[in-house]
Amino acid sequence: MYEEVTSGSRARRTLTGTARMLLALKLDGALVIGLALVAAYGLVVLYSASGQSLGTVVRASAHIGMGVVAMLLLAQVSPNFLRRMSPWLYLLGIVLLVIVDGIGHIGMGAQRWLDLGLLRFQPSEIMKLAVPMMCAWFLHERALPPSVGSLAILMVLILAPVGLVVLQPDLGTAALIAIAGSLVILMAGLQVRIIASVVVLGGLGAWFGWAFMHDYQKKRVLTFLDPSTDRLGAGYHIIQSQIAIGSGGVFGKGWMHGTQAQLQFLPERSTDFIFAVIGEEFGFLGLALLLLLYAYVVARALYMAVQTQDTYARLLGGCLALTFFVYVFINAGMVSGLLPVVGVPLPLVSYGGSSMVTLLAGFGILMSLYSHRKLVGS
Amino acid sequence: MLQAVRIKDHWKEQRLFERRVLVAGCLIVVLTLALIGRLYLLQVIRHTYYTELSQGNRVRTEPIPAARGLILDRNGNLLAGNQPAYQLELVPEEVPNLNGALQGLVQLGLIESDSVDELRRTIRSRRPFDSVPVVLRMSDEDVARFAVRRFDFPGLDIKTRQTRFYPEGQLGVHALGYVGAISESDLEHIDRAAYSGTALIGKLGVESAYETQLHGGNGYREVLVNALGRSVQGLGELAPDLRTHAPSAGSDLVLSLDINVQRVAEQALGDHRGAVVALNPNNGDVLALASMPEFDPSLFARGITRTEYAQLTDNIDKPLLNRALRGTYPSGSTIKPAVALAGLTYHVLNPDKTEFCAGVFHLPGSTRLFREGKGGKHGNVALQDAIAKSCDVYFYGLAETLGVNRIAAFLAPFGYGQLTGIDISGEKPGLLPTPEWKKLAFKRPADQIWFPGETINFGVGQGYLLVTPLQLAHVAGVIAGRGINFRPRLVTGLRDANGNVKPIAPVAGKRIEGVAEADWDRVVNGMVGAITYGTAHISGKGAAYSIAGKTGTAQVFTVAQNAKYNENTVEERLRDHAWFIAFAPVEKPRIAVAVLVENGGFGATAAAPIARQVLDAYLLDADGKLKAP
Repeated sequence: MYEEVTSGSRARRTLTGTARMLLALKLDGALVIGLALVAAYGLVVLYSASGQSLGTVVRASAHIGMGVVAMLLLAQVSPNFLRRMSPWLYLLGIVLLVIVDGIGHIGMGAQRWLDLGLLRFQPSEIMKLAVPMMCAWFLHERALPPSVGSLAILMVLILAPVGLVVLQPDLGTAALIAIAGSLVILMAGLQVRIIASVVVLGGLGAWFGWAFMHDYQKKRVLTFLDPSTDRLGAGYHIIQSQIAIGSGGVFGKGWMHGTQAQLQFLPERSTDFIFAVIGEEFGFLGLALLLLLYAYVVARALYMAVQTQDTYARLLGGCLALTFFVYVFINAGMVSGLLPVVGVPLPLVSYGGSSMVTLLAGFGILMSLYSHRKLVGS
Repeated sequence: MLQAVRIKDHWKEQRLFERRVLVAGCLIVVLTLALIGRLYLLQVIRHTYYTELSQGNRVRTEPIPAARGLILDRNGNLLAGNQPAYQLELVPEEVPNLNGALQGLVQLGLIESDSVDELRRTIRSRRPFDSVPVVLRMSDEDVARFAVRRFDFPGLDIKTRQTRFYPEGQLGVHALGYVGAISESDLEHIDRAAYSGTALIGKLGVESAYETQLHGGNGYREVLVNALGRSVQGLGELAPDLRTHAPSAGSDLVLSLDINVQRVAEQALGDHRGAVVALNPNNGDVLALASMPEFDPSLFARGITRTEYAQLTDNIDKPLLNRALRGTYPSGSTIKPAVALAGLTYHVLNPDKTEFCAGVFHLPGSTRLFREGKGGKHGNVALQDAIAKSCDVYFYGLAETLGVNRIAAFLAPFGYGQLTGIDISGEKPGLLPTPEWKKLAFKRPADQIWFPGETINFGVGQGYLLVTPLQLAHVAGVIAGRGINFRPRLVTGLRDANGNVKPIAPVAGKRIEGVAEADWDRVVNGMVGAITYGTAHISGKGAAYSIAGKTGTAQVFTVAQNAKYNENTVEERLRDHAWFIAFAPVEKPRIAVAVLVENGGFGATAAAPIARQVLDAYLLDADGKLKAP
């Protein structure tokens, strides 16, 4: 009896100790748990998807480690400092993009990477954070919903880096940057009538564009929208990933027993198409669990964004939470055949250092915004 | 302007943000549900469909070709067997650029450039997932040359396969036939599924006629493959339900052929163009079936090149022609015993009455002269001497008496003018001429009339009459059996994998009725006379058994009415064909033989010695004594 009580109280003390430590580190325990679960799930899947390559798992863990370091550092920074740094980060990003584009132009080829000797990174990744930060910074002092003039400036702020990334050319990342910027504007309370007119105008533009397109261009668009028509080309990925997911059934074929993944029918199985590996090996239940974990992370992130107390924090926090969901939806939608194939990794699960570090850095920023909220406004 | 003076309302903005978050939250729920709906569709509703696709992805059915049946002679000597060889195979659906791949193989010297078109047609006509042999037998050097460039040829691979092997080489090729790559036209009459994995198919002779029995049933093996199509047996745990169906080997064929008799026959023919057919008159077993010149069947089994094939087809000696079955020639005097039997049976011939042969026959009511074939005169001859000495004048008269219709009607049951029904294909029926036939065969009315002189020629086996060596061997057998006869056959039994031989019963032909036993004796005596003192007496010398035979000389070149045929002055290819038919021993015949030597001149000198060697080879043991039956 005595033993049990002691051990129980010690456990409680440890728990509170952990909470206190998280608090001191400006981390949000609930969000950290969600992120950790997703990342751990990802490592388990990656081990199988990479063909039982422990090296890949170790490298992925290192990516997580780097991301955690970025998250920890950014969580310590005060939101005010972040806000003040936003335009400078944005400018740095633009300069780096111009340099990268320039090198690519000289080198006569696609160029996304900047080699810093020890570290290679993609400046476009910075923009995934810098663009919403810049937009939030711009709207911070202004009355919301944003005026037409503000919207025009915001458009320029978003389209400049998007254009530079398109030139690389990296349409997927460009779209994600555009989405991140747009989400800030939407969260800022963009009037419904403007949203509606943009949708109508976009629809009309697409219709006109279609009418004036050559047949081969139409065919290209159609293949993009429905890749299954091109069985051996663009369609191969999506057909194989649907076979993987579908053949997984409710319970899956079992860890490391997915024939589509293990026999290399599924391309890019440890990066963009890892979602299909989960579907094949862990089935519908495995994917539902993953989506549940993601939903939890998004919900917690949105809750944290709502709890923040100034415009910059709210807009940036809300945008970070929503872009995270957008990544998940685009990747899952693409792999399961709902959306066209664009190169978007599954957040925190797909193998890849840049994406992992950027995502965790984003969550670090969110934690900073949330954990420093009592200081704001004082 | 109003916007410019707007003041930031933090509380209102907070509410606006919260509303937006709420909307976003709803959208997230809707989109997530859409995603889950999609996954439900894929993983629950269409699960079976995708499971099948995934199964089809990784499990490939590989055919296991059945071992082709062996071919053995009557004493169990191997005539056709199987040998492992390297073979280059191509899976059409895995080759991204067929033309490029074939050109690449030409550059490597593995195929000839002029065979590319045909190869491409064959490949296109196969099912896309079938492995099609491209090079049937590769030398070690070929294998090495391909191996270093293998990465340039996706969908092509070297396989070890059983190919056909003929230990006796060319010997007996016209009876055995050969196997070759399955061609476009072969595919039209075989079950493609049953031949999946089979590279070779019988093309001629026994190999073709007994294709079904020799082929057996192919098996299959399901193998796990990865996305590159490579077999990954090590990962067996991923698919524990792989099935294997063992092939059932083809049956071995036991032939009636005696390879030693066959060898003697071919060696005796030597460099001559000609044919030898020997058969057992008691059951139709073909003991030897030789046609010279011949060709190497392994050329086809390893994939004959266009040049090699052209050499065979352009050869003036026509090595591909099976003279035993498809060579048709006038029978010459070998017809005389049958015509004599007709005369006896129709009672128009007194066998003991002598006729005077002055070397020339006058057809009544005509100025035309019919000469004794070899010149000379026989003086007074009765039937036995007329056969033994092959007196044309005697038979001119007999033919005139009998008339064409009676001769043709009597000869037909012996097999003249019809297929013998031997169990390999390609046989020609020859021609037994009648006035009715002539009416149909010629266009000009003047040509449609049957002239009395044509009957005279018919009586000594010249003119329109055409026979094959196989037919004459059969005729010799019919006389040997005194009317009893059997359909010639090469295959006497099928041996299964356990070594049990299932014999094939001989098929009896229609027995010749109405010929008196004494008449058979008279004619056979004439044929014995030919060997003992007649035309072929040189070939009959020192025989350890009794022989009945008949020489024949088939005209190739018509000699002018008033001229004499002189062997030395006639161009070699215009010389007469030499015939000899025989059977032995006379008392209880065991073998009947027909020998044809194209442009050999006289039957007695060119053909009879060959027949004697064949008879000796079959009937005598090593000590030169008659074998026990």
